[in-house]
Amino acid sequence: MTFVAIVREPIDPAYVLGLIGDDEDGASLLFLGVVRDHNDGRSVGGVRYDAYEEMARQVLAEIVDEAASAARTDRVAALHRVGELAVGEISVAVAVSSPHRAESYEASRYIIEEIKKRLPVWKKERYSDGAEEWVEGQTPSTSPAPQADAS
Amino acid sequence: MEIRTLFFASYKDLLGTGELQVDLPDGATVSDLVSALRSRGGAFTVLPAAPAVAVNMTYTDPTSLLRHGDEVALIPPVAGG
Repeated sequence: MTFVAIVREPIDPAYVLGLIGDDEDGASLLFLGVVRDHNDGRSVGGVRYDAYEEMARQVLAEIVDEAASAARTDRVAALHRVGELAVGEISVAVAVSSPHRAESYEASRYIIEEIKKRLPVWKKERYSDGAEEWVEGQTPSTSPAPQADAS
Repeated sequence: MEIRTLFFASYKDLLGTGELQVDLPDGATVSDLVSALRSRGGAFTVLPAAPAVAVNMTYTDPTSLLRHGDEVALIPPVAGG
């Protein structure tokens, strides 16, 4: 069973790892995106993520399904947090398990890259000088979604 | 026909609102909606002429026809992750 969620509460890595895994899996992989204290040479004190939540849940499910079918595993979980986050907090978590490691690495990488391309989520950085700015993002394609490489 | 139009992030800040009902003639497309918004003047003129758009939560081409009751979101460049 795949799992996706847009959440407001802190993400617990142990909980996310608990969503995947099976007796046939020899690899479990967890990726965490974390708020860092700098961007483009500016000191960052915290961030706020806004989302078009209902669509974000739907797009995240599409991305996870694409990765799961390409990697031939349904043990895939992806969570994105929204709201105010401090430096060091987890903004996104992707967990995959599969019989062998190659499929887990491919699926994990695919999911985080597609999140950055098309998940309707926006990040506002708060700098140490008090200024705030929306982070320059990527324009989503309006053509049909790409398919994950099935290699 | 009535179109429920949603704005997020920088567009929401720019316009000072996250939602607007827009009345358009039948047969209007996504790009007609964007033109109608931009012609309102003021901050609306700062909206891009061809922003990414989702109709009923699916990314959609600017030439797509709209239907009464559609929910159309103008999507600024995304920055999740």
